[in-house]
Amino acid sequence: MEGIPPRRALILVLVLVVSSLFSVLASSSSSSPSQDVRILSVERRIDLTSFIVRAFLAFKVENTGASDVSEILIAFSPNEAQHLAIVKASTTAGKRKKKAYLPLDVNPIESPKGPNGAQLFSIALPTPLKSGDTAALEVLYVLTHSQEPFPAEISQSESQYVYYRDSALLLSPYHIKEQRTFIKTPSSKVESYTNVSPNNRVGTELRYGPYHDRSPYSHSPILVHFENNNPFAVVEELTREVEISHWGNVQITEHYKLSHAGAHHKGVFSRVEYQARPSISGVSSFKSLLARLPPRVHSVYYRDEIGNISSSRLRSDSLKSELEIEPRYPLFGGWKTTFVIGYGLPLQDFLFESSDGQHYLNFTFGCPLLETVVDRLTIKVVLPEGSKDPSAVVPFPVKQHYETSYSYLDVVGRKTLVLVKENVVPEHNVPFEIYYKFNPIFMLAEPLMLVSAFFLFFIACIAYLHTDLSISK
Amino acid sequence: MGAIKADPSSKAPISSSPYSFFPFLKALRLKTKQQELLLRASALCLIYVLAFAIRLFSVLRYESMIHEFDPYFNYRTTLFLTRNGALEFWNWFDSESWYPLGRIIGGTLFPGLMVTAAAIYKTLHFLRFAVHIREVCVLTAPFFASNTAIVAYFFGKEVWDSGAGLVAAALIAVCPGYISRSVAGSYDNEGVAIFALLLTFYLFVKAVNTGSLAWALASAFGYFYMVSAWGGYVFIINLLPLYALVLLVTGRYSMRLYVAYNCMYVIGMLLAMQIRFVGFQHVQSGEHMAAMGVFFLMQVFYFLDWVKYLLNDPKQFHAFLRITLTCAISVGALALGVGTASGYISPWTGRFYSLLDPTYAKDHIPIIASVSEHQPTAWSSFMFDFHILLFLFPAGLYFCFKRLSDATIFLVMYGLTSMYFAGVMVRLILVATPAVCLISAIAISATIKNLTSLVRTKSKALQSSVSKGAASLKASAKASFDQALPFQKNGAIALLFGAFYLLSRYAIHCTWVTSEAYSSPSIVLAARGAHGGRVIFDDYREAYFWLRQNTPQDAKIMSWWDYGYQITAMGNRTVIVDNNTWNNTHIATVGRAMSSYEDEAYEIMQSLDVDYVLVVFGGVTGYSSDDINKFLWMVRIGGGVFPVIKEPDYLVNGEYRVDKGAAPKMLNCLMYKLSYHRFGELTTEYGKPPGYDRARGVEIGNKDVKLEYLEEAFTTSNWIVRIYKVKPPKNRW
Repeated sequence: MEGIPPRRALILVLVLVVSSLFSVLASSSSSSPSQDVRILSVERRIDLTSFIVRAFLAFKVENTGASDVSEILIAFSPNEAQHLAIVKASTTAGKRKKKAYLPLDVNPIESPKGPNGAQLFSIALPTPLKSGDTAALEVLYVLTHSQEPFPAEISQSESQYVYYRDSALLLSPYHIKEQRTFIKTPSSKVESYTNVSPNNRVGTELRYGPYHDRSPYSHSPILVHFENNNPFAVVEELTREVEISHWGNVQITEHYKLSHAGAHHKGVFSRVEYQARPSISGVSSFKSLLARLPPRVHSVYYRDEIGNISSSRLRSDSLKSELEIEPRYPLFGGWKTTFVIGYGLPLQDFLFESSDGQHYLNFTFGCPLLETVVDRLTIKVVLPEGSKDPSAVVPFPVKQHYETSYSYLDVVGRKTLVLVKENVVPEHNVPFEIYYKFNPIFMLAEPLMLVSAFFLFFIACIAYLHTDLSISK
Repeated sequence: MGAIKADPSSKAPISSSPYSFFPFLKALRLKTKQQELLLRASALCLIYVLAFAIRLFSVLRYESMIHEFDPYFNYRTTLFLTRNGALEFWNWFDSESWYPLGRIIGGTLFPGLMVTAAAIYKTLHFLRFAVHIREVCVLTAPFFASNTAIVAYFFGKEVWDSGAGLVAAALIAVCPGYISRSVAGSYDNEGVAIFALLLTFYLFVKAVNTGSLAWALASAFGYFYMVSAWGGYVFIINLLPLYALVLLVTGRYSMRLYVAYNCMYVIGMLLAMQIRFVGFQHVQSGEHMAAMGVFFLMQVFYFLDWVKYLLNDPKQFHAFLRITLTCAISVGALALGVGTASGYISPWTGRFYSLLDPTYAKDHIPIIASVSEHQPTAWSSFMFDFHILLFLFPAGLYFCFKRLSDATIFLVMYGLTSMYFAGVMVRLILVATPAVCLISAIAISATIKNLTSLVRTKSKALQSSVSKGAASLKASAKASFDQALPFQKNGAIALLFGAFYLLSRYAIHCTWVTSEAYSSPSIVLAARGAHGGRVIFDDYREAYFWLRQNTPQDAKIMSWWDYGYQITAMGNRTVIVDNNTWNNTHIATVGRAMSSYEDEAYEIMQSLDVDYVLVVFGGVTGYSSDDINKFLWMVRIGGGVFPVIKEPDYLVNGEYRVDKGAAPKMLNCLMYKLSYHRFGELTTEYGKPPGYDRARGVEIGNKDVKLEYLEEAFTTSNWIVRIYKVKPPKNRW
């Protein structure tokens, strides 16, 4: 995601050109069935307070056509689609007090794309929308790497400013009757923002709208330049190894490759200033991270290639464990570090037996570090030796393949299920299941191997002591 | 093997004793010899475990990590060996060190340690023990220390008796002189070399005692292993001829010695030539000529013996002897002279000279003198490393002389020569340790044996002549002689208790020394905090990891050579100089850069392509082995090659200081500037002015350090390591 500035600038220019074309095209292209639906009102709240961009859409749709509509489309510009980590949709069911959120299926539509490569997602409605009916939908989508540091290089005493690009108008395949957008910035320090009247700014909030009666695929680019000193902690690569032992332990080993994705540090790093004036020196840097681990965690370690890192603290209670880790040095923009966190967990908390006699592991997907983006997450579930037919149930699409790994005293190797997902955000911290078959008799294989080895050794010793191999008497 | 084999034919017939009800109980009843064997074996097992366990203090106190400086190089090469295989290792040209010269690693190191660790690693993985190579490296030294204890047992048994062997094994298992170099994590050549050294000696003594070719061959292989592991093999190749010579002179020449020495020398020499680093030194270097000379002398001696047997006429023989000896000696001297003059035989190296003459290095080779472990040994470190063994050593020598044999002569010679070397250099205490332990073990074993036999003779009045062992001859003689003395038994008991008290003090001392002094990895520093808690200073690794992660892959780091190995191993970056001090000029260039003004240093750094400069600074924490305290050595070594650097420029009235009264050149040289850059703004201690250097206890003299050609790139949290970036040259237009 992190590109060299000129390339990125080029892409952005392209996007701007493309998006300005949208409005032109929108009038000409009368894309077919979507015109039967129109959006009565939409409210968009974009949260820029952290490095991760979270946008929340609440809208009302109306079926103006003659036939029933069973799915609603939402659109993202190609740039957004590239950085889109997750899209969740829900509808409310019931009235007032008994109001309940009903999650809906969201699926990307590979083809046809919208005009200029806009990526469409379809939201499947629980019941088809009859002609003339309205429905209220809520959508949450999360974007990563969508705040571009500007200036791209800062010195130790400067704070970090970023660009956020979006459109004042919601990109949608439908006609929108009324829409508003609210953008929340981390502080009231906003250098500049695009004016698309009517708009105004109140404290840390930018308000765009209301805009009325906009045609499909309308687009009006805006640019917000604001201060954001929140840690831009990006885990470029995270490999989590989950090793199951039926003797009662689940061992987790997590290999992190962490970097600060904010404005690059330029010039001198002065320790004396960093120590003496923490409030103004290196404000965009971070020195510690918090990892939320499951409760009853034990034998936690925190190390890297060259040894143990002594700066970490573990607090645990019955609901959760919190591990506060400090990398060896504070991370300034562009600095990197790698480390490993390992811990053990009691097996009974995570391993269950399904009704058909299969074992299944119920574990959390995602990254334990709070508010971090993982560019590429690999989860390796190492099943005990002798287990069969592993299969994974994950609530979102992931790449899967099998491996064989070897650990202590393994003869045939352990079946390992590898799940790979890119662009992971905290919203992905949901349980997933691994089902497999395992015969408990295999648990005894390794102890028996050891026992027999020692037995043979002693037998050999006894035999040696009781035989006389000398030729001359 | 010393195991007493139970004769299968001697099974007692089944009798009608109560045991007949429980036949297996009868089988369990052991004969006295078996009991003794069982006791001995279990004692040895315990010693084996103890020798390993006592070396794990460092892992418990800190973590499983590689210690100090050289071990990091060994670790890096082992890693390379396990990843890339032996052939790649053999041909490895390392461009990451000695930039821009590089280093041919395969041809300039002793591969024994790395090959050993890699072999252990491969074996464990073959047996499906998925250990990390680091764990293997960390535990190699303790493992070999345990093995050394076993070898010491056999050696002691060969020289004296199995009792002395057991005591020797126990002593060497915990002796601080050896522990100092073999704690877990101290992954250095010495760790395996002491094992190899003692094994070679043991096998050689065994060969001399038996006259067996097999033992001599085994000893040659032991020597081969030693040569592959450590440069200290030179000690063996000089001690063995010396020993042979002593035996010749004292008239103890025998066929056994002839077989042992010749086989060991010829095969050992041929094997040693297979090690690339050693090459043809056995026939070309002055240090190895003694062995060759004795080898030829031995042939002459044998020849003379044969002639004497043939001639059978003393007069004729004497004439012949005179001619032959004159010829042989003149031919030998001529060959040596021609060889040396033509340069075929290289002269002795500086290191060898500095061993024979302790003041040599100080005057001629500052780079050797600058290393703390090359300093002459203080009495206190003898006391610290040997404790009671220091007193037992002469006693043991007395016992050895009382019962002179080929083996004890060897032991005495080993003990005396290695003690001399231990006095010359601190680190050579290590070589003396096995000898001291063995000789002391003889003293302890013989004394206790005498005392116990005294106690037993008294109680069983007429059984004084039971012990027929050669060792107790004296004891029984003494017992019969002293029978009239009234308090003899009580005296013996008191002395026994005294001996046990001394031994227990020894054990306590060893444990204390190991846990307090020898288990610190020196990478991680620990100190007591204000509230009594333990404070960890992990600055070295902080800096090295920063280098590893946040500098360009091909960055060149300049630092004093002490940190070279660590930077390449942990920081994974190219260094200008490192602990393999093979090129004095290169090191002097770095020393010159450090002791020059910034603009002059900049030119040197530009010519060396330096990107970053790393200095170690203890002024904030009070860490005293930092670069400012080593600085005079940089000046000396730099000045040794580049006369523009003059030591008096950095001193004031012969005094080395960093405060206001310091020499102006000192206050403005690169090392001073890099160490104290912006230090003047920092208050280190309450009640002291800012810029108070805690390592030297003074307020620094130049608080306003401005850098023109370098900029601070990183400083660790306790300021121990400071890294500066060399700015690119200014635009010329």
